[in-house]
Amino acid sequence: MKSAVVIFPASNCDRDAAVALEQMTGKKPHLIWHADSDIPDVDLIVLPGGFSYGDYLRCGAMASQSPVMRTVKERAEKGVSVLGICNGFQILTETHLLPGALMRNAGLKFVCRPVGLAVCEAQSRFTRRYSSGQTVVFPVAHGEGNYTADDDTLKALEAEGRIAFRYAEGDNPNGSAHDIAGILNEKRNVLGLMPHPERVCDALIGGTDGRAMFESLIEAIG
Amino acid sequence: MKARVFIRLKNGVLDPQGKAIGKALTGLGFAGIGEVRQGKLIEIELDETDEAAAKTALTEMCEKLLANTVIERYEIELAK
Repeated sequence: MKSAVVIFPASNCDRDAAVALEQMTGKKPHLIWHADSDIPDVDLIVLPGGFSYGDYLRCGAMASQSPVMRTVKERAEKGVSVLGICNGFQILTETHLLPGALMRNAGLKFVCRPVGLAVCEAQSRFTRRYSSGQTVVFPVAHGEGNYTADDDTLKALEAEGRIAFRYAEGDNPNGSAHDIAGILNEKRNVLGLMPHPERVCDALIGGTDGRAMFESLIEAIG
Repeated sequence: MKARVFIRLKNGVLDPQGKAIGKALTGLGFAGIGEVRQGKLIEIELDETDEAAAKTALTEMCEKLLANTVIERYEIELAK
């Protein structure tokens, strides 16, 4: 699996993502600067966490207009896998590759801690190595992860099995609708989630629950 | 021409910041504070002199970048 990590000004999890990808795939990912509109031919594009453009205007709003995102959008429409983590998820909603929006946490605080997640949908290229209903622990670190969408969108996400991860009961850190932590697009080749799977790929730094996401992608893509 | 763009959360969208501001005002001793909603004001200077053309451009700016229409609504005001 060939991969790329996009770096925006004030991305801060790009290295975490690159290290996890190299560890899991055995190949160094391409690192793509936001001002470049060209991305090499890859199977997976990762939009990492951080505070792109200082969260000016709205989280992810400025990044969604950067040259590289036009290419990401084209590739996503062609079926290339796109994984948006934390700020990456915010950018995906601002780009309309995923529906809804991420608002200020209901408790107003920046929440930085491990959270329990339920894997709700194991039928996707991102989650096939998990089992539906399995509980995993990923860290979260965000101030604006409160997922919101209109009722029709929420109904469609539920009915189409597009809620990949939910916060475990009683462990919703941000007030998100339907306890949503991560969602898939209609074609199921784009996943956005607030928690950080790339930070739990090595037992030395606190856990391995994120490995199955990359194993899923490797299995699905080759 | 100068334009002012007001961006507000849509009705029904929870505004935790507004709530916190309301609580803080009550805490400061201001009585009778009802619902507080926080929005944004963006001031833009434009070379355009035609009002209709300016409005069209500003609407496009709002739809493309300034507002997230999933959760926000916008109003455009042109200064004469």
